[in-house]
Amino acid sequence: MSPRFSPSVVTANALLEGDVVWLTADGVWTRRMAEAELIADPERAEARLQLAQGQHHSVVGPYLAPAKPGPNGPEPTHFREAFRTRGPSNYPHGKQEDPAHVSL
Amino acid sequence: MYRYDDFDEAFVRNRVAQFSQQIGRRVEGALTEDEFRPLRLMNGLYLQLHAYMLRVAIPYGTLDSRKMRQLAHVAETWDKGYGHFTTRQNIQFNWPKLTDVPAILTALADVGMHAIQTSGNTIRNVTADHFAGAAADEIADPRPYAELLRQWSTDHPEFQFLPRKFKIGITGAPHDRAVTRSHDIGLQMRRGPDGSIGFEVSVGGGLGRTPLIAQSVREFLPEADLLAYVEAILSVYNMLGRRDNKHKARLKITLHELGRDTLAALIEARFEELRGHVPETLGPALDRIRAAFAPPAFRQADTAVHEATLRVDPLYRRWAETNLAEHRDAGHAMVTVSLKAHGATPGDASAAQMRVLADLAEAYSYDELRISHEQNVILPHVHKSDLPVVHAALLRAGLATANVGLVSDIIACPGMDYCSLATARSIPIAQAIGLRFKELDLEHEIGPMKIKISGCINACGHHHVGHIGILGLDRAGVETYQITLGGDGTETAAIGEKAGPGFAYDEVVPAVERLMLAYLDLRTAPGESFLEAFRRLGPAPFRAALYETEGARDAA
Ligand code: SF4
Repeated sequence: MSPRFSPSVVTANALLEGDVVWLTADGVWTRRMAEAELIADPERAEARLQLAQGQHHSVVGPYLAPAKPGPNGPEPTHFREAFRTRGPSNYPHGKQEDPAHVSL
Repeated sequence: MYRYDDFDEAFVRNRVAQFSQQIGRRVEGALTEDEFRPLRLMNGLYLQLHAYMLRVAIPYGTLDSRKMRQLAHVAETWDKGYGHFTTRQNIQFNWPKLTDVPAILTALADVGMHAIQTSGNTIRNVTADHFAGAAADEIADPRPYAELLRQWSTDHPEFQFLPRKFKIGITGAPHDRAVTRSHDIGLQMRRGPDGSIGFEVSVGGGLGRTPLIAQSVREFLPEADLLAYVEAILSVYNMLGRRDNKHKARLKITLHELGRDTLAALIEARFEELRGHVPETLGPALDRIRAAFAPPAFRQADTAVHEATLRVDPLYRRWAETNLAEHRDAGHAMVTVSLKAHGATPGDASAAQMRVLADLAEAYSYDELRISHEQNVILPHVHKSDLPVVHAALLRAGLATANVGLVSDIIACPGMDYCSLATARSIPIAQAIGLRFKELDLEHEIGPMKIKISGCINACGHHHVGHIGILGLDRAGVETYQITLGGDGTETAAIGEKAGPGFAYDEVVPAVERLMLAYLDLRTAPGESFLEAFRRLGPAPFRAALYETEGARDAA
C-alpha cells in the first residue's frame, strides 16, 4: 500500500561541504536543481534512489523529493525544498551567493 | 576563571585526534554515513539543510576574551564570518566543511573549548544563570556546581547511552533567569535554616512535543549531597526511562507516568544507597573549583560620570534603563549586550563584534563574558564609571540596541533557514517583528515582553515559556504559525496556552501587533506587565484581539 507517487527528484547533501545536490539523468550529482532528473515512474525512482544510496562516499542522506516540471527543469513543490535550492533567508549565503547555482 | 586541568586538556586533545581520524576514514570511504553519524553527533557535528553545523559548548555560558577571540577566528577562517549563540549557551557555526572540522576543533582545544556532549543521549552542557557570580540577588555563584557536574558527567561511562538527552540547569538566585524548570534537572539554590547552602531540586521538566514544568522532589538538598543525588536521579532514569519510543524517552515522561511521589521515593531510595560514596571527594574538589571562580577584586571609584551621562544623554539613558542590571557590588553594573538589533538575526554576532566584546571584557569587565540563554552577551562586571565609554564602543560596533527584555529581544531558533528538523522558518519572523516595533516605537512603552519562536515542535526557541510563543508548523505544505499566550520561564514557570487557529507567515506580525495594542488598552497602569494583565484577565480579551479579523481571513 504505497501512497500515490508524485514525480520526484533524488536529492542529498554533498559529503564534503554539505551543499545540496540532485541526481541527474546521467547519474552524476549536480548543484543545480534544474539539471536534475524528474522521475515520474515509481519503479525508476526507487532504482535511482538505490543507486544514490550506494554512493555514500560522495553524498549523505539521499531521498526522493516531490518536484514539478518548470521552464528550465524540475522545480520544488514544497517550501522546504525551495529553500534548499537557495540557502537561508537571513543572509545571502549558500547557493544564492553564486547565482549560477540557483536554478529558479 | 576556571581553567581546564591537564586531565581535561588530554581528554579533549585525544578526542580531537580520534574524531579527526574518523573524519579521515569517512572521507576515504572506509566509514559509511550510518557508521559515521553517531560519531559526528558525539562531537557536536550536525548536517543541516545547506551545510554542516558545528555546535560548540560554552559551559555555564562563561567565556573570557581569549576564547571569544578564538571564536571570532574560527568564524572568520572556516565559516562565513559569524557565529550563532543558542538557547543552550552554545555557539553554532553554520558553514564548516567536513575536512575543516579537525582544524576547527584543534583551534578550539587551544583555548580549552570543545564540542563534546553537545549532542547525543548524554548529559548535555550544563546551563546556568548568565548573571552568575555577579547578580545582586544571588545567594552564591552556581557555576562551581555546574563545573563539578561537568567534570563528573564528562565521558561518565554509565551515562553515555541514556534513553535520551539529559539537560541540567542551575541558578544561584531566587529569581530564575536560567529557565531551570524546563530542564530534566533544575537546581535552584536555597539557604537552609542554619544559613548553609543547598538546592531545591526539580525534575522532569522539558519543552518539546510534551511540554512539562519540572516538579520539585526535594525542597532542600545540602550541597555536599549534590552529586550523589544527581547520580541517583540519573540512575533511576537510566533504569526506568523508556527506550522503546523516542518521544517517550525523556525523564518528563517517566515523571508523568509514575507520578511525582513515586519517582521522588525511588530517587530517595537510590540516593540512600549512593550517599557516603561521593562526599569524601566532593568537598576538596568543590573547594578547588570554587577558588577558580573567586570573584575579581572589584575596584572602588567615583561613579559621577555615569550619573552625569544619564542626565545629559537620552540615548545612554534609554540603554541604561533596559540593558543594565544590578550588580552585587554597588559600584558595578551588569551590562547585557543585545544581539537583537531590529531586523537582525537573534543571537548572531560577527567576528568583528566578537572581537569588540573581547576587547571590552578585557578592558572593563575583569576579562569575563557570559552568553545568556536569551541569546545575548553579558559583560558581567563593569564599573559604573566605565559605562559611558563601554556604551560608546558598543554604539560604534552596532551593539548598543536598547531593547533587553522588550518586544524585539526575541529568542528564535535557527528554524528552516538552517535546521533540517524544522517545519517552518523562525528567524525572518523575529526580524520582521523587530523591524515593525522599531517603526511603531512602542516597545519601551509596552515594557517587559518575552517573545520566543521555534521552527518546530522540538522547541529549541522555548516558545512554550514565552509570554507570546510562536511555533512554526507545516500545515499541508504551507508555513503556519501557532501562537501561545501566557508562558513564563522564571520561578513562576508556566506553559503558554494555545490561542487558537494558526496564522500564515504574513499574518504573524500584524497578529502580534494587535495583541500588543490590546494589552496597552487592557492594562490597569503602565506598571502592569503583559504577563500580569494576562494572568488577571485570562486569555479571552487577548484571543479576541488576535482573531479580530478572523471572519475576514476565513472568507478570503
Ligand atoms: S526548534 Fe526545531 S527548528 Fe528550531 S532549532 Fe530546534 S529542532 Fe530546529
